[in-house]
Amino acid sequence: MDYANSLYLTGPEVFLSVSGLILTLIAAWGGQKAARLSTILAVGALVGASIITAAFLINPAFEQGGDAFGGLYRMDAFGSVSKLLIYLAGIGCLIVTPRFFDKGLEYRPEYPLLVVFASVGMGMMVSATDLMTLYIGLELSSLSSYVLASFTRSDDRSAEAGLKYFVLGALASGILLYGMSLVYGFSGSTSYLAIRPAFEGTLGTGALFGVIFVLAGLAFKISAVPFHMWTPDVYEGAPTPVTTFFSTAPKVAAIAMTARITLDAFGNQADAWRQVIIFAALASVVVGALGAIGQSNIKRLLAYSSINNVGFILIGLATGTAAGASAMLVYLAIYVAMSLGSFVAVLMLRDKDGNQVENMADIAGLSRAKPMIALCLAAMMLSLAGIPPLYGFWGKFVVFQAAVEADMVVLAAIGIAASVIGAFYYLKIVKIMYFDEPANVVTGKNDLAHWTVLAVTAIFVSPLGYLLTIPMGALADRAAAALFAVV
Amino acid sequence: MIGIEHYLVVSAVLFVLGVLGIFLNRKNIIVILMAIELILLSVNINLVAFSAFLGDLTGQIFAMFVLTVAAGEAAIGLAILVIYFRQRGTIAVDDVNRMKG
Repeated sequence: MDYANSLYLTGPEVFLSVSGLILTLIAAWGGQKAARLSTILAVGALVGASIITAAFLINPAFEQGGDAFGGLYRMDAFGSVSKLLIYLAGIGCLIVTPRFFDKGLEYRPEYPLLVVFASVGMGMMVSATDLMTLYIGLELSSLSSYVLASFTRSDDRSAEAGLKYFVLGALASGILLYGMSLVYGFSGSTSYLAIRPAFEGTLGTGALFGVIFVLAGLAFKISAVPFHMWTPDVYEGAPTPVTTFFSTAPKVAAIAMTARITLDAFGNQADAWRQVIIFAALASVVVGALGAIGQSNIKRLLAYSSINNVGFILIGLATGTAAGASAMLVYLAIYVAMSLGSFVAVLMLRDKDGNQVENMADIAGLSRAKPMIALCLAAMMLSLAGIPPLYGFWGKFVVFQAAVEADMVVLAAIGIAASVIGAFYYLKIVKIMYFDEPANVVTGKNDLAHWTVLAVTAIFVSPLGYLLTIPMGALADRAAAALFAVV
Repeated sequence: MIGIEHYLVVSAVLFVLGVLGIFLNRKNIIVILMAIELILLSVNINLVAFSAFLGDLTGQIFAMFVLTVAAGEAAIGLAILVIYFRQRGTIAVDDVNRMKG
């Protein structure tokens, strides 16, 4: 009975895992020809998982969530909201993928399969309430991601990106694991529920080392400064649809996982981890803003932009309050839409032979050749910069509001200063697209899938997005409350 | 008498060796893979030592998971390395510089 209930509570993961296994069989027997079928089925699987997750969210019987497998795993509003974001981002990334590989690059049925398995891992990460579940989920998503990064085997940049991602990712896992082993040793348990009371009062050196190592490993995964150095290289080298995926779904998963472990397991040691998170947040907003200046590759620039945004999200977490966690989720949702939109717009930039255009100089005067793409990309950039009528402003606003309410005025002030610096390069892209002499490089055509994703994300970040503010805020509040309800 | 702290020291030494192996190594990517294994093994020593010390089995189960994942990780690492070698014809660390960073 208990076991059946556990399986029921892990519904989205079970469903996705089984779908992933079926997709593996299809890939094994269908070979190259099954690529398109496999993509459609993978999108279907992710839609199914989203529906199951949404059903858990709506069902009043699961208002309080529930523990599965003896406390290894917890289904609650926080996990469900994060999972919905992850699955939606996965769907968005998958449907724009096949067109990218039309240019003779090998598209294989393994690609959607890996995205599905990565999503299973990420779902486990956000729901894990035990260090072991966390580790397995993290590795499942990381190992899939390493392969995805080096997916275009004929491109040496892709292979190099995969290699760098693998080495630094494995190092991060090692650091995280070492921290976990210390946390286990000094608390006597791997369960968040037991770690929390064990880490009360002044921490010993060993336990403190454990907490710091865990945070360092997590910072690697969310690409927060000072562990961000892999991000620009991997984002540039990986195939663009994969970069789209990396900048959305794993970010949500890693940040939600960090929030759960800090607020839940280390909840009694807020002073210890908050210092680390505050430092990472400030360093990320500043390095992200400064590093982007002078980049000539759009994907590299967006990588710095994502480091910058992670900083803002961490400001929400650094407050350590329910309001901060809720602000963090709202910002995450908006960030996913902005990031998805900008990368899809970049995907749509092709020259007349259908090759990808990644150079900043080549998008000069884009507003004349491709007015709609230019308009959407400009909206994304202005929204990332936090210019008021667009929805990106709201995300920054709630985060700063939470920081001010938690008496962290200095943190909010530095964040605002950095976002002004950041506005410089976002505006530069808009200037290049609208006011420079046309380079007439981007002339390729795009299909309906790209336009749909671009339109949906553009409408979301446009002022129309504010219509969603109240339901989204309510959902985020509920999710944040679920995180604090465990106590 | 060998106590828990001896195990922790050995594991810490191995961990530091592994991390240094990744950062100081200027030669060969295979050595980096070995350094990663070293880090994971130091974690395992920690887990098993704590498990024995606490009289709690969780650490040993965790160590089993770590071993399994380490095998998968090594397989994927080598696979990526093979792709890289086919493209570039070298696995020297200093040549991994197609992109700045």
